[in-house]
Amino acid sequence: MKYVIAGAGPAGVIAAETLRKADPEGSVLMIGDEPEPPYARMAIPYLLAGDIGEKGTYLRKSKNHYKDLRIDYLQDRVKKVSAKQREIVLDGGGRRAFDALLIATGATPIKPRVPGLDLPGVHHCWTLADARAIAKRAKKGADVVLMGAGFIGCIILESLLSRGVTLTVVEMAERMVPRMMNDKAAAMLKRWCAAKGVAVKTGTKVTKIEKSGRGLTVHLDRGKPVAASLVVVAAGVKSNVGFLDGSGVKVKQGVVVDDRLQSSAPGIFAAGDVAEGPDFSGGWSVHAIQPTAADHGRIAALNMAGHPARYKGSLAMNVLDTAGLISASFGRWDGVKGGDFAEAADKAAYRYIRLAFDGDRLIGALALGLTDHVGVIRGLIQTGVALGDWKQKLMSDPHRVMDAYLARAYA
Amino acid sequence: MQKSLLIDPGKCTGCLQCELACSYDNEGVFNPAKSRIKVFNFHDQGRFVPYTCTQCDEAWCLHACPVEAITVDRASGAKVVADDICVGCKVCTIACPFGTVNYNQSTGKVMKCDLCGGDPECAKACPTGAITYVDADWTGLERMRTWAAKTDAGQRATA
Repeated sequence: MKYVIAGAGPAGVIAAETLRKADPEGSVLMIGDEPEPPYARMAIPYLLAGDIGEKGTYLRKSKNHYKDLRIDYLQDRVKKVSAKQREIVLDGGGRRAFDALLIATGATPIKPRVPGLDLPGVHHCWTLADARAIAKRAKKGADVVLMGAGFIGCIILESLLSRGVTLTVVEMAERMVPRMMNDKAAAMLKRWCAAKGVAVKTGTKVTKIEKSGRGLTVHLDRGKPVAASLVVVAAGVKSNVGFLDGSGVKVKQGVVVDDRLQSSAPGIFAAGDVAEGPDFSGGWSVHAIQPTAADHGRIAALNMAGHPARYKGSLAMNVLDTAGLISASFGRWDGVKGGDFAEAADKAAYRYIRLAFDGDRLIGALALGLTDHVGVIRGLIQTGVALGDWKQKLMSDPHRVMDAYLARAYA
Repeated sequence: MQKSLLIDPGKCTGCLQCELACSYDNEGVFNPAKSRIKVFNFHDQGRFVPYTCTQCDEAWCLHACPVEAITVDRASGAKVVADDICVGCKVCTIACPFGTVNYNQSTGKVMKCDLCGGDPECAKACPTGAITYVDADWTGLERMRTWAAKTDAGQRATA
């Protein structure tokens, strides 16, 4: 069997390793378009903070990892896929035939239509190359504007602060991290950031960036323009599907896959940020998160190698450390029709928890300032355990989620 | 034969010797907050439940780690966090459906039970035999295994 994997992020690498185990005889070709060994974008904030060097971001640490597993790693980019001919065309001009193809091309940052985003000193924070460029400009005392206070923006925020810059955050939505936090939690987070010396402007748009002298001027739709020597754009990401035009592979937000991670074209699979797969909470979704990429990569590879494995669906979940305030979100934290909520807040201590139920089952949660045993929230949601009388106990004290787990599922 | 921790909540008196032994051996302090085994207290029932990682086969923590900081110790079977590689991203803390990986604010890393290299201090410190370290076949971890299987996003082949 000839396996080709387009993409060398976590989904691609885990798929390649799984293929090697599942089919020791097959040939495995993994194609990545960055001039680096496979690395974790998730580790970039820690690189910028100086906690690790570039090697610390690599997905696998042993020097000959891929060679030892007989995984061929090619630095190129897939330009075209033909489901019919069962081959791919590379940017470099070559063609490769496949018996099974995995599309694990990830996502790229969204570039909003704002004049000036191409100016020197304006960067995304997505690749190692971006990180190097940001590190050059984010020096102590430098004025930095962060465009976007979503999940990625908030994670970068901490590493920028640790470099000693003066930081202004501009977010279009009325609250920070709008997709993983409600108004209450987001307001706490904003207050926390302000206390750390960050200027947070929510409900504000960047209208234009201009060169001025040796730096940049960032114009806003309200308030005074902000001077900056660096602008970091974190306005969300989108699945890399452009090269699939005309391929015969069905694409919506991402590559639509079934519960075996197979696309509409037999023999072509997708995994990770590029895949729109079964969502545990219902329907199909792109969940651009590490645990989903890892699950997708493994299950897709098993199916590619002819070992049928079914996927029960990814759970949307995130954990975020914003300048020391840790938050987490799981599943349907926004609830469902007719469902109950339990909530507890301690504003002074920056602690908040909200649980969402459907009947006596937990379906989602938000937590701020709470880190101990948070994983059981995932367990309770994905096992769908009936909480019985523990639901009432959680309604009066949602902090007892670990006790509820022990009582209902363990002891 | 590989061994694992066998926990019998019925024998636990809530003395917390296990937490103290764990935090001292792993973190150098007598501080239950830094322990990787936790004793939960059900006041209304007068019941104590010691709880820690079962070193499950699914190893969500290990698979979710983006930088290969969690690996399997071949001798003990424990899933072990390498502090010098962990970047503190905490993804494993939400990926583990048992909630047994926790973030340690003072080190900026995550921590979990590593079976103390095959000689767990908690079992040695337990005066009532509520925590023992025995051949894996005896531990009857069926309940947790069932839980694991239910949480499983479908990692294992069905055929």
